[in-house]
Amino acid sequence: MDYVAVISVEVVYAVASLVLISAGLAIVFGMMKVINLAHGEFMMMGGYATITAVNYGVNIFVAMLIVAPLVVGLIGLVVERLVIRHLYGRLVDTMLATWGLSLLFIGLATMIFGNTTTGISTPIPGFTVGGYQINGYNFFIILVSIVLLVAMYAVLKGTRFGLVARGAMQNPEMAAALGYSPDKIYMATFFAGSALSGLAGAVLAPLVGLVPTSGGAYIAKAFITVIAGGPSLIAGLMSSAGLFGLVNQIFTFAVSPVMGEVALLIAAVILLRLLPQGVTARFLKGKM
Amino acid sequence: MTSNRRSFLASSAAMAAFAALPTSTLAASKIKLGSVLDTSGIFDAYGKPMDMAMRLAVSEINANGGLNGQMIDISAYDTQSDMALYSQYGQKLVRQDKVDVVHGGILSASREAIRQTMRKSKTLYFYNVLYEGGVCDRNIFINGVTPAQQVEALVPHAMGRSGKKVYILAADYNYGQITANWIRKYVADNGGETVGLDFFPLDVADFGSTIAKIQKAAPDLVVAPLVGGAHLSFFRQWAAAGMKDKIPLASTTLGVGNEHKVLTAEEGNGIMVAYNYSQELDTPANAAFKKKWADAYGDDTNFHEIAVSNYQGVMMWAEAARQAGSVNRDEVIAALETGLSIEGPGGKITVDPKTHHATMDVHIMEFENQGMKVLETLPQRPPIDTQAVCDLQANPDDNTQYEIQI
Repeated sequence: MDYVAVISVEVVYAVASLVLISAGLAIVFGMMKVINLAHGEFMMMGGYATITAVNYGVNIFVAMLIVAPLVVGLIGLVVERLVIRHLYGRLVDTMLATWGLSLLFIGLATMIFGNTTTGISTPIPGFTVGGYQINGYNFFIILVSIVLLVAMYAVLKGTRFGLVARGAMQNPEMAAALGYSPDKIYMATFFAGSALSGLAGAVLAPLVGLVPTSGGAYIAKAFITVIAGGPSLIAGLMSSAGLFGLVNQIFTFAVSPVMGEVALLIAAVILLRLLPQGVTARFLKGKM
Repeated sequence: MTSNRRSFLASSAAMAAFAALPTSTLAASKIKLGSVLDTSGIFDAYGKPMDMAMRLAVSEINANGGLNGQMIDISAYDTQSDMALYSQYGQKLVRQDKVDVVHGGILSASREAIRQTMRKSKTLYFYNVLYEGGVCDRNIFINGVTPAQQVEALVPHAMGRSGKKVYILAADYNYGQITANWIRKYVADNGGETVGLDFFPLDVADFGSTIAKIQKAAPDLVVAPLVGGAHLSFFRQWAAAGMKDKIPLASTTLGVGNEHKVLTAEEGNGIMVAYNYSQELDTPANAAFKKKWADAYGDDTNFHEIAVSNYQGVMMWAEAARQAGSVNRDEVIAALETGLSIEGPGGKITVDPKTHHATMDVHIMEFENQGMKVLETLPQRPPIDTQAVCDLQANPDDNTQYEIQI
């Protein structure tokens, strides 16, 4: 019974961490159709921003939830102004440009922080469930993911900015005709996407040993989750992260962590064969 | 860590084909020491201190009047963590620079990229990194510890302090698999039982489910030959789950890339390891070495076990050249094969003539406040894994890396 509880927590945690690492990309790719191959490096920079801030004496929660998203969001803003805005609508060119950016960020991080592993310890102690110890930090990640999804929904559905942003993504000319500048909306959206990537990197930082190349570990999973999710931003994210997280953890517990990864990828291949446009192109159509 | 650091050997010395030259021409020339190391790129955390150690050793020899009255010249190349550059610079060292000895290579892949070049050109080669064992080649000398040397010491000690049921977590490539086999063997030999074994690709950074599985198996001890930055997450998540004080941990890899300084004291304290070197070794040789390092580089903590190993490799070669009275490859090999010893920062190191590996002290240590406290020293452990498959005295033309069957 305790073991079942432990497994359940791990499954929910796996889903939550997929949501977290994919959220920034879902906005940048899902809404703006910009293939951001530097997504992993935005996360890596979020991690370094957190560690640096903590080393300067900033409270760890402030560092993770405020400093890191702001820093990475601002970096994203600069990147958008200098590079991305010239490339909207040119899918292949943005891939090339953001891949170059990812190499640049890895190089810069190596120059600044060195090519060695760094890290901070988790701020929340573990606790006991029956005969088992559980990492208390898992619950923090689950909480952050839930808040994130709710906040995204509230902004997109409930605010004027969300409405305008969705409109501009669907039909920029019409938005412009109504007096909104698509250029500014894209800029703000890219900022939000980058900030979410930074948040994900920051929240995951205490669980890992961070190196400048850490971003590479996240990028594939993030793209698979976003693409398999399909056109609806939040429903897509939840459905594909839920499916992949569940499959991954079932095979991890039943067989081995390697099989967990394999099962996740096989599930993605099968899913995209059956639903090439993603889950939400068939189910939950028209949802957020 | 750094990822594949297990397969790093770092000192190789190549002696060029000097044998044919008359001594009169040698008198004017200098001795040439070749070095190929990754001093940039993703493996530079290993390569840079190794390069510093090699330069420290050479400047020390030159300051003491050189080798047999001749100064040593360094020809060093940065392979930029790119395996293809090893072949290229290896060729350059033997053909263009015509060096007398090559020290270098970090990953096992880099060693294998240049080993045959050195052998064909009869250039003596030193590889000075801990690695998976099994290389059998008369032209190479290896000064790093192999899995059996560590595991033979570490497992009985750790089991003695915890219990008989052992869970193994290993990196999923040749080093991890070979080491896991040795751990299983020594667990069984010491009357224990391996209750679980999991392998992890080098990019796995999430160990939550594994930690739950370990608790279900309820072992007395976890042995973790995990490798690299992503795998460091295990030790962090283990501590975060509050497991650290419940089940003791041991590792054959943690600390080689100075990981004990990355983990906080609360995360690291109590983890058991076994190596040839620790900065906390309380011996006159180590104190002298740390002073020399600090004088040369201004900091006596920015190096690790494989840098010391590289230093010891250069010193071993120099001692053999002194005894041979020459840097001629065959004469130096003959001197090394007498079972030559040197006293290095990590203790006494002796060439094992049968395998060209090293018999050395293995220190059992425990992480304590981001240092490695030496608990026990097992003197002069032979490379038993490679000895089981390799005999260069009976079989001098052997040129194989054996996979050791246990």
